Amino acid sequence: MTEKSGADILIETLCDLGVEVVFGYPGGAVLPIYDALFKQDRIKHILVRHEQAATHAAEGYARSTGKPGVVLVTSGPGATNAVTGITDALMDSIPMVVITGQVPTALIGTDAFQEADTVGITRHCSKHNYLVKDPATLAAAVHEAFHIATAGRPGPVVIDIPKDVQVATAKPHKPGQNAQRYQPQTKADPAGIEAVVDMLAAAERPILYTGGGIINSGPEATRLLRELAALTGAPVTSTLMGLGALPASSGQWLGMLGMHGTYEANMAMNRADLIIALGSRFDDRVTGRLDAFSPNSRKVHIDIDRSSINKNVRVDLPIIADVGSALADMLAVWKSRKHPTPDLAEWWRRIDGWRARRCLDFADRQDVIMPQQAIRSLYEATKDRAPIITTEVGQHQMWAAQHFGFEAPNKWLTSGGLGTMGYGLPAAIGAQLGNPDALVIDIAGEASIQMNIQELATATQYRLPVKIFILNNEYMGMVRQWQELTYQSRYSESYSDALPDFVKLGEAYGWKGILIEERGQLDSGINDMLTHDGPVIVDCRVAKLANCFPMIPSGAAHTEMILEGNEVSGEMDDEAKALV
Amino acid sequence: MHIKQEASERHTLTVIVDNEPGILARIAGLFTARGYNIESLTVSEITDDRSVSRITIVTSASAHVMEQIIAQLDRLVPVHKVTDLTALGPHVERELALVKVAGTGDHRIEALRLAEVYRAHVLDATINSFVFEVTGGRDKIDKFVELMREVGLVEVARTGVVAISRGREAA
Repeated sequence: MTEKSGADILIETLCDLGVEVVFGYPGGAVLPIYDALFKQDRIKHILVRHEQAATHAAEGYARSTGKPGVVLVTSGPGATNAVTGITDALMDSIPMVVITGQVPTALIGTDAFQEADTVGITRHCSKHNYLVKDPATLAAAVHEAFHIATAGRPGPVVIDIPKDVQVATAKPHKPGQNAQRYQPQTKADPAGIEAVVDMLAAAERPILYTGGGIINSGPEATRLLRELAALTGAPVTSTLMGLGALPASSGQWLGMLGMHGTYEANMAMNRADLIIALGSRFDDRVTGRLDAFSPNSRKVHIDIDRSSINKNVRVDLPIIADVGSALADMLAVWKSRKHPTPDLAEWWRRIDGWRARRCLDFADRQDVIMPQQAIRSLYEATKDRAPIITTEVGQHQMWAAQHFGFEAPNKWLTSGGLGTMGYGLPAAIGAQLGNPDALVIDIAGEASIQMNIQELATATQYRLPVKIFILNNEYMGMVRQWQELTYQSRYSESYSDALPDFVKLGEAYGWKGILIEERGQLDSGINDMLTHDGPVIVDCRVAKLANCFPMIPSGAAHTEMILEGNEVSGEMDDEAKALV
Repeated sequence: MHIKQEASERHTLTVIVDNEPGILARIAGLFTARGYNIESLTVSEITDDRSVSRITIVTSASAHVMEQIIAQLDRLVPVHKVTDLTALGPHVERELALVKVAGTGDHRIEALRLAEVYRAHVLDATINSFVFEVTGGRDKIDKFVELMREVGLVEVARTGVVAISRGREAA
């Protein structure tokens, strides 16, 4: 066998693994790889305008297609710019492989030009990482990296390749697929499945609390969840990351739970006698004050990651498994025992009582556009086209989660765990590449969108018809909302001053720009956005001081929800101030 | 407002890992990143081909955090197995220390006598100093070092704890 360069081995291995798209940015330490890319036509390279955007685009691609996202960046600043997206993918369990160039082996440790300790920096924000020092071991490392990124709880894997390793040659060595050392448990212990079915059949007030794990497990897990919900009649709530697993139009859907969740979801969690957590992780945004979290329930936690069990909330029955596999097992047991659908009429009567509070209602106004109405109008105008929605981070993100109805998985891409402003536009670009015929909309805030605004050019270059819908209230709205709640409305640095003219800015990049200033323009503006065959940026001016409710303040219990703005106290004690 | 501290207990863990670059940083870094304590950490290769290492970690945490430490270690890709020897039951722990003492006259005689009581070996002797080698549990070594302080302690080097379960089975 003839020897090949490390760069050629890398490209060949990526092709073998079925990689179609790589998001990247060239630089000195990856020039051999870029030259190898130039000489082939199987992998499409998408040139972003900042390495952080490459990682978020890869996340958007991964989350919307179920395939791992691939990133290629140079050493030093290329790698450090990618760190935010790598961390984001770790927190939200997104499968991603990041290839970073490194200075030549002999220069490592000498503070060489564009040198950074990439494996050191990314060691704790990646699921695993490598420094490859020999082209003969490169193919095996890449194969293992893809396996680790996608198996078990998905996450980002970093492969750091010194420039001399890209140039040096070796015999390509394809590793056997069955020789993987990383073999996470995916099949549940049968005794646990029997026990959870017993508990579910006997429960009087059950609730299914689902998370991003359902989406990560794949479409089959979503189908099985819907079947389990139908068979048991149990109400279903979900985390931010799990939206779309159960259709929002389902009568059993209670809405999102947690800090900005619905009154009915949080009250049902609080009053339940059985919580079944499915691919969710009892995050602090979900539980509120831990010692008041669902005090009278038995708790079952089904998760693929053992370290998520008993991390925040003690559970009565842990089940370590892929959630889709566990759901299939539960359904099989439930059906073999011919359990009738439990009578949950009394439980649903109470839930309907909480629903009657209509916690998401708001007063639509004619003199100003309410941001919630903007989301609802966008939803009404697009729901028949099954759009993919991405978001930035802040009030607009929570309003989108509350007021946009998600009917299917892989349609909702948002930065949940890390809360990364600037996620939405590059994620939309990645999603559009993975789904060329889909309608992809980034619901943004005027502050967040500026964090990766340079990516307008990427969409233009690849003729991607993504839409950006900015809820412009001239504030970092969530920061301002917390300042109103906690610091007597001292708006320290939360005003978005010196905003650009987003319409002209879009036009400068070859986008169509639309300004919506009045309530009467809302529907027609959205329609103009949807009918334009190309990328569109919409600057939708909304009520400046609207806040996002319901809200459970940090450190409060599910039952201590603020439903409306006039319940806000304006000052909190130090204990509350110290909470995130 | 003041920062609260949780009650904790000491556990000895053994971690079997692939002997690959960065593994020690990965383990130690996990402890700092998640706010866990390390009281001692030892590591050495244990197979003929040098592909596998055994790490012994002494850590203190609440029962709840201890469960997390084990789960977090266990999910690292190069980690084969994590065992909580303290929770498992009877096990032996040993540490080795090299203790340098300088002095003459009564101090020198007393140092040698105490070393005999503690079954410490003399590795090096000059006209006015000794280097002792002492092995035992942490408490024994702590006590020995404390006594040596009285008779001219110069410096101490300790290996940290290694441990293994009692009986014929591997932990």
